[in-house]
Amino acid sequence: MARTSAPPASRKPAPKTAAKKAPRPRAQPPRRLVVLVATRKGAWLLHGDARRKTWQVDGPHFLGHIVSHLRLDPRDGRTLLAAAKTGHLGPTVFRSTDLGRHWKEAAQPPAFAKVPDAGAGVAGVAARAVDHTFWLTPGHASEQGTWYAGTSPQGLFRSDDGGIHWSPFSGINDDPQYREWMGTVQDGTPDGPKLHSIIVDPRDAAHLFFAMSGGGVHESRDGGRTWRTLVKGLEVVGGFDPSTITFHDPHCVRLCPSNPDRLYQQNHCGIYRLDRPGDEWVRIGRKMPKSVGDIGFPLVVHPRRDDTAWVFPMDGTSVWPRTSPQGRPAAYVTRNSGKTWQRQDVGLPEGQAWWTVKRQAMTGDAQDPVGLYLGTTSGELWMSRDEGAGWHCIARHLPEIYAVEVAELA
Amino acid sequence: MPSRSRSWPSAVFDAMQVLIPTSLQSYTRVSRVEAVGSTLGEVLADLERQFPGMRFRMVDEQDRLRPHMRVFVNGQALHNLALPLQPGHDVNIVQALSGG
Repeated sequence: MARTSAPPASRKPAPKTAAKKAPRPRAQPPRRLVVLVATRKGAWLLHGDARRKTWQVDGPHFLGHIVSHLRLDPRDGRTLLAAAKTGHLGPTVFRSTDLGRHWKEAAQPPAFAKVPDAGAGVAGVAARAVDHTFWLTPGHASEQGTWYAGTSPQGLFRSDDGGIHWSPFSGINDDPQYREWMGTVQDGTPDGPKLHSIIVDPRDAAHLFFAMSGGGVHESRDGGRTWRTLVKGLEVVGGFDPSTITFHDPHCVRLCPSNPDRLYQQNHCGIYRLDRPGDEWVRIGRKMPKSVGDIGFPLVVHPRRDDTAWVFPMDGTSVWPRTSPQGRPAAYVTRNSGKTWQRQDVGLPEGQAWWTVKRQAMTGDAQDPVGLYLGTTSGELWMSRDEGAGWHCIARHLPEIYAVEVAELA
Repeated sequence: MPSRSRSWPSAVFDAMQVLIPTSLQSYTRVSRVEAVGSTLGEVLADLERQFPGMRFRMVDEQDRLRPHMRVFVNGQALHNLALPLQPGHDVNIVQALSGG
């Protein structure tokens, strides 16, 4: 497979650019929605009516495939990309231009550069192979056909033809400093270290972010030619040095569409907010109830209010059970940028519910009031039509849910 | 299965029978296909030519067989893509008996 390489990266400070005002998003009039559910055993699409009352199930797609992420291209409202592999077969990306009626495999899926001697790769680190593509992000609205992908082990890739051919960012994937920060499989999460939370600033196609578990948060203002780390203020596991990027484990980073200068982050060590042009994250999870803590994976931001965000805490004590704390699942919302948090569990099981929600498995739509959607590790899909005030289950008995996205149809 | 070029009749003569596991039959549509090549790597390259995308599901970007993929030639397990093959060899691609 022939591949092109992105220009080599250097970690020079990013050039300063004038802040551009983002247009304030408005509530969308009711439109048909589709909820995209990626699971350990395939993918499902749930088509909803404009009132989000009834849902029509379409699936399974790719039954038996481990589908890590399924995204709709918001620029055309009909192109789907699915990141998939099976227990035995290698990773690939499938593409549909008719909302899943037909699928075609990428001609050149994300893959690292071939190392002549695969036993000894960059700077003596073993040559890597993509185990799975974990994260998909559509490019900027002005860049039709551009997509970004993050993989496990950590790698950053870009496609300029709608997901058919993928090229590596060699300045990240093969850079000795980044490889050191990425660590090895030994340093990663149980099913592999991951590059995730690829974010494109809606004001500027060249302003990018990504995060690595582990390996910190990184920002580029020149389309990925150069990058800088964004870890100031983030805590690491006790006893380790926060100046060592390897020890940073961001779980999920989100940018506020209503204020792209504000980011929220759910981290291995708490919930944070960052307001640019500042570069220091502030831990806003300290105000969470002590019995619940501020550990978890997903984080959702409000489409029109930059002071509002939701998290779904997980038990990160002792051996990290990765279940809902005390078996009582709940979302928590802040409506004042993290000063206070309110529990939202109406409709959710009141006890003995030992599931949790993975980092890509909670999302929100752009309706008013905002609809929230979450998929559980026990295969249930829950939604709230009123910004988390009440929840109800819209699908159950699915395989373990890895990712949930919601999109509006063209 | 796409038909072979009529200008290359020796390929038919030299072709090896390749057994395809069910997990890869979404590419081939059948359980047994023909392929040519003097090494296992060349046989896999010929399969990729006939069935685009199939090789990367079996072999990673460093030319290593993926962890749960196994290839047997005349009953012998092979791991080295450079190993020579002979016309008439039976090539069986199987997925390891691992699951979950």
